[in-house]
Amino acid sequence: MSTIEQAMQSAPVERATEPLLELRGLSTHLGRSAAPVRAVEEVSLSIRPGETFVLLGESGCGKSMIALSIMRLLPHGGRIVAGDVLLAGRSLRALAEADMREERGGRIGMIFQEPMTSLNPVMTVGEQVAEAVRLHDPEHRDRVRERVVELFRDVGIPDPARRIDEYPHQLSGGMKQRVMIAMALAGRPRILIADEPTTALDVTIQAQVLALLKQLQRDTGMAILLITHDLGVVAEMADRVGVMYAGQMVEISDVDRFFEQPGHPYSQKLFRSVPMADKRTQGLDVIPGIVPPLDQPFTGCRFAERCALAEAQCHEVAPPWQGQATQGYRCHFAEARVESAEPSRAAVADTGSQPAAELLDVRALKLHFPIHKGVLRRVVGHVKAVDGVDIAIPAGRTLALVGESGCGKTTVGKAILQLLRPTGGAVRFDGQDLGALSGAALRRLRRQFQIIFQDPASSMNPRMLVEDIITEGMVAQGIGASRNERRQRVDALLQQVGLPASTAERYPHEFSGGQRQRIAIARALAVEPRLIVCDEPTSALDVSVQAQVLNLLRRLQVELGLSYLFITHNISVVAYLADEVAVMYLGRIVEHGEVGAVLNAPQHPYTNALLSAVPVADPQHQREVIRLEGDMPSPVDPPGGCHFHPRCPYAQPVCRERYPEVTVLDAERRVACWRVHPDHADDFRAS
Amino acid sequence: MSFQPVVLWTDALIYVLVGLIALSVWFTRQHEHLRMPWRRVAGSRTGQGAMVVLAFYVAVGLFDTLHFNPQTGIDDDGRPIYSTEVLSLFDHLAGPLRTEQEKTYSAPFATHLFSKESIDLPDGSTVRDFQRLVYGGAHLPADGSGRGRDILVKGVQGALIGALVWLVVILAFCRFRLSRLRDLLAGRLDQPWHVGAYTALVLALVLGAAFLLSGYYHILGTDKVGESVFYQSLKSIRTGLVIGTLTTLVMLPLAILLGIMAGYFRGWVDDVIQYLYTTLNSIPGVLLIAAAVLMMQVYMTNHADDFNSVTERADLRLLFLCLILGVTSWTGLCRLLRGEALKLRELDYVQAARAFGVGNFTILLRHVLPNVMHIVLITIVLDFSGLVLAEAVLSYINIGVDPATNSWGNMINGARLELAREPVVWWSLLAAFAFMFTLVLAANLFSDVVRDAFDPRLREQR
Repeated sequence: MSTIEQAMQSAPVERATEPLLELRGLSTHLGRSAAPVRAVEEVSLSIRPGETFVLLGESGCGKSMIALSIMRLLPHGGRIVAGDVLLAGRSLRALAEADMREERGGRIGMIFQEPMTSLNPVMTVGEQVAEAVRLHDPEHRDRVRERVVELFRDVGIPDPARRIDEYPHQLSGGMKQRVMIAMALAGRPRILIADEPTTALDVTIQAQVLALLKQLQRDTGMAILLITHDLGVVAEMADRVGVMYAGQMVEISDVDRFFEQPGHPYSQKLFRSVPMADKRTQGLDVIPGIVPPLDQPFTGCRFAERCALAEAQCHEVAPPWQGQATQGYRCHFAEARVESAEPSRAAVADTGSQPAAELLDVRALKLHFPIHKGVLRRVVGHVKAVDGVDIAIPAGRTLALVGESGCGKTTVGKAILQLLRPTGGAVRFDGQDLGALSGAALRRLRRQFQIIFQDPASSMNPRMLVEDIITEGMVAQGIGASRNERRQRVDALLQQVGLPASTAERYPHEFSGGQRQRIAIARALAVEPRLIVCDEPTSALDVSVQAQVLNLLRRLQVELGLSYLFITHNISVVAYLADEVAVMYLGRIVEHGEVGAVLNAPQHPYTNALLSAVPVADPQHQREVIRLEGDMPSPVDPPGGCHFHPRCPYAQPVCRERYPEVTVLDAERRVACWRVHPDHADDFRAS
Repeated sequence: MSFQPVVLWTDALIYVLVGLIALSVWFTRQHEHLRMPWRRVAGSRTGQGAMVVLAFYVAVGLFDTLHFNPQTGIDDDGRPIYSTEVLSLFDHLAGPLRTEQEKTYSAPFATHLFSKESIDLPDGSTVRDFQRLVYGGAHLPADGSGRGRDILVKGVQGALIGALVWLVVILAFCRFRLSRLRDLLAGRLDQPWHVGAYTALVLALVLGAAFLLSGYYHILGTDKVGESVFYQSLKSIRTGLVIGTLTTLVMLPLAILLGIMAGYFRGWVDDVIQYLYTTLNSIPGVLLIAAAVLMMQVYMTNHADDFNSVTERADLRLLFLCLILGVTSWTGLCRLLRGEALKLRELDYVQAARAFGVGNFTILLRHVLPNVMHIVLITIVLDFSGLVLAEAVLSYINIGVDPATNSWGNMINGARLELAREPVVWWSLLAAFAFMFTLVLAANLFSDVVRDAFDPRLREQR
């Protein structure tokens, strides 16, 4: 009998109507009681056995605080000030701490966002799971090891008997998250709380973990409270959705209804701000402004400041709940319909498809990091981060470089900018070989190509004023004769990126993530570059803010004729913004072509799998996820032949022997796969 | 009385240090993000208390730094003649405390010497008895009766004077507004100033009593040559502060420059600097200090003519001790800064600056240095108390400051032999211990507060 069946039997059957977990008017405050941060206010929800309830919200809206309130694991200074949490009718708030410890990891399991830091690096993973088994599974106390192996098998860890003796650093991110899930399952939880369980993982791994959660739910009948910011994950997983905004639940809905007809204006706006291919020509709908800070008491509707429908009463009276507790939203309007914003200044025509002369031309770019070992620090090998990349960007066009973490895409960006000097190959910018330049000559040319980083918090010196940050490049490049002149240019730049001139006299930490990213863009523009390398510029931002930044980038491209090298792992952003796309795997480009062609008809099996793994924000969309086995191999020792063959469902003998030659399908399309190669295509057809 | 100012080597460096601190205070006031951590320091109760105690020590140290040659007379042409003796403003203020020397040991508040001596009586006979002190309790009757009551009365008087001075100062702080004074003492202000105020009150009471009493008694006794131990203890404050601060000042430029260069440039620069500090670190510190100090001593003995006065000679030796302590202690900070610079060079804003073509040294100055300053500050404050204690230990084994310099180490060294006699001469040791303990405790508490306020990792947890 499998463990899963045992679990099914040991769990008493419950009537589906009775809620398993219920929150009644839960309010959680943080910080000093004189001026508390109202992280969660009057949140009510109920989850039935076997159901998946998804909490959707942007960062700082209080969704993680709900999970921590349920677990009674609030950070220092956090406290539940009102309401109650009921687990199968029993109040968790009233429990003694010792009893609560029984529940944590017992009837309630929890997995966290960051599997890297949730495991103790000096204990074997098996021992860490065994700890949970010993605590919460008295039946198996005499045969803990067998139980751990069973759990590892349940969560799909290959070769579990060997894996349990390994340490966390020997496992990949996806495997670590599986270990975390195994640990949460050890106590046979009736409800699993998953706080952004896939946010730190790549899309292909995310698809694996989401599929695993679904399967475990089917097998054990546990309920899942899933916390996410990703509409795609909602569509994939949810039975019911709760939308959080500024500490409040603003909408609760069945998932199908939610995607068909979102009730709350915020939910409606959220859908329109997600970048998609079919929004290319119109610009994204943005939610103006930012989420209000939670350290103030609110009188009216919390969304009123950013709402297109807001009327006087919205600012003054707290809105009532429309509809039932299980299906409704918090708004003054019983029938709130937000009109799509008319094509605003963000709306931009497609940039046309006349390829101009190549501005950037990269040939056979290589960047190998030597590995030193031993006392004499001899070179024992190389990390082949970038291993022969060819790309070209014409003026005024956008090339998206797509790939999972560790494939070398950021390294390509830095090598092009000569922040890392390439080991081999040539980077030609406007006909000049950058690799041959150094010192002052290179420094002078640097004004032509700039970079925007992923994390706007770390890309600006926290000790400098915004004005100094923006003028730094101008001073270095000798733009603007006097301080006054530069200051005028700073004002103009700030206006260009949609920030008030007073921004210049403040420090970066006074701004939100989206505003900081605008400052970073203004800084890059200050030296009048022709090419900007955008290294995941929106992946640290919330969806509504991401839309603002993407619109800005598009508008600037049209106005200034910029070229972008857009490095990202977010396919929907690619579809919205890019002209061409290059897919990277383990240091090499496997497929390259015009964006529509690649996304709609991928030729390389990796591209295919990557695209299929992206969750689509539509619950009706039945997609077949091509599950890739295992993880990306290490760039220290890439597999022989085609790098992708160990994970490729179509692999043939020829794939193991030789790296595929690049097949040029048509003028723009290049694929590195034997499957499309005219000489070898027959091998594949036969099998 | 006219005088001729004298600037000793350590004085000059202290002036530089004070100037630097004034400059950084001015700079900090201009920048909100720099003021914030200091506001957190002021917002801590422990910090308030520790700062008041430290302020007292610093004040004594600074008074003891203004040196001059007093005038001794006028020569035939009417020009003043100056003594070669170097005095400080503190010596001048302490006046009688310095000059009223007894013959030898006397216990705190004693009226008679500590040991029996042969006394010649007017009738020609000799008796062995405790001799009456010349200054200590001289206002009392010959047999010293009524001493307890006198001490109590004078102590209370002194404490009252201290309280009065405190009240005036506090009122001045409140800009002479009574409502503000009430808020202050009740702790209703934005920062816990009341903790500082009450600490200052305790300090004022103790010091008031001590200063009034020290006019009549040797409140901490006298040492072998009859010098007041209270005076010695106060004089030692400057030595302790000099060792604690100048050592860091001396090593800072080296540690900062090499540390951030090693971390930022990597490659061979890193290798050379790492090699340098690893080698230096492997030499036992005490050995290096002993060798250097002994060499210095030999040089000074052979070139006795180069020095105008004993004070000057002792001062140079003190400076030299600071230098050599600095040389042996910069490696720790250097290593810390290298690690931090390694981290900073990969940060996006440093990369962005490089992408703009900003020069390396500009990046070091603008992006790396300001972002390691909190580590530098924390290290300075943490090292301070360790260095004060190190001085005591080094002086104890005779490779510390010059025997002519007042220092707690020398006091302990002097008291060492007397501990073996019966009854024990305990007051030198106790006085040195108490003064040093108070300073080190205050410095340690202060450094904890500074670290909490400046360490970004600790800040996030709150």
